[in-house]
Amino acid sequence: MSTEYTVTETLDVKGESCPMPVVKTKGAIDDLSEGDVLEVLATDSGSVSDIAGWAEATDSVELLGQEEDADVFKHYVRRTA
Amino acid sequence: MSTDTSERSSTEAAAERTDAFDDETAAELAAEIDALREEVADLRDESGDDETSMVIVATKGTLDMAYPPLILASTAAAFGWNVTVFHTFWGLDILHEEKSKNLKLSAVGNPSMPVPNAVAALPGMDSMATRMMNRKIADNGTATIEELIDVSLDQGVDLQACQMTIELMGYDEDDFYDGVTTGVGAATALQRMTDADVQLLV
Repeated sequence: MSTEYTVTETLDVKGESCPMPVVKTKGAIDDLSEGDVLEVLATDSGSVSDIAGWAEATDSVELLGQEEDADVFKHYVRRTA
Repeated sequence: MSTDTSERSSTEAAAERTDAFDDETAAELAAEIDALREEVADLRDESGDDETSMVIVATKGTLDMAYPPLILASTAAAFGWNVTVFHTFWGLDILHEEKSKNLKLSAVGNPSMPVPNAVAALPGMDSMATRMMNRKIADNGTATIEELIDVSLDQGVDLQACQMTIELMGYDEDDFYDGVTTGVGAATALQRMTDADVQLLV
């Protein structure tokens, strides 16, 4: 499955488990500007629910989509403000 | 004509009286609404409703019990919450730079251990259980306690070391990670808990 998002930055947290995917996603999104899209690559299956929940509860971010590709979970998060 | 006038004037007079009454009531109600609005705004400011906050009291210093407060704290900080972890009694070891790298798991009284308590009580079993757990942590890509402390502090989590317990355990303030708050006690923890949305004892 190919992505239709223009990715600004990619964060690789493959091999890391809870809470690091969420904590590092937050850190990476803080370094981006409004409109930028962060791609997060994770192998932790809990990251699907965790990153979605985090994006839902966090102002100024929007979850564009989540995909699974060969045991890697890809999350696309846009900074909206 | 005169009858008309007097009739009109009495109707008008009645209408005026009603208007006057309505105006007065409306003014009173408007004033009351303004006062309530002000009060609500003040209360909102006081409660700081725009920011969620959490206080965790960490009392245990075993390897398994060191994780939950730090995982919750670092995740809550990623949610933008204002987080305080008050470490007391053995929870202090989590913030102790040297001891935190050497936290132990108890084999005795741990139903998840693959050996009976009688065997778990033998010398060396705690070390073995700890080694097993540390290997699992590394294999699973789970962060170390030190890494969780680093990310928590980086994100502005207030990691507090209870002053009374520091003295009770004979620790020195320099024994703790840089960025750990010392010189605080139960009153500080309680005051933060009063204002917090989430309070947990671990």
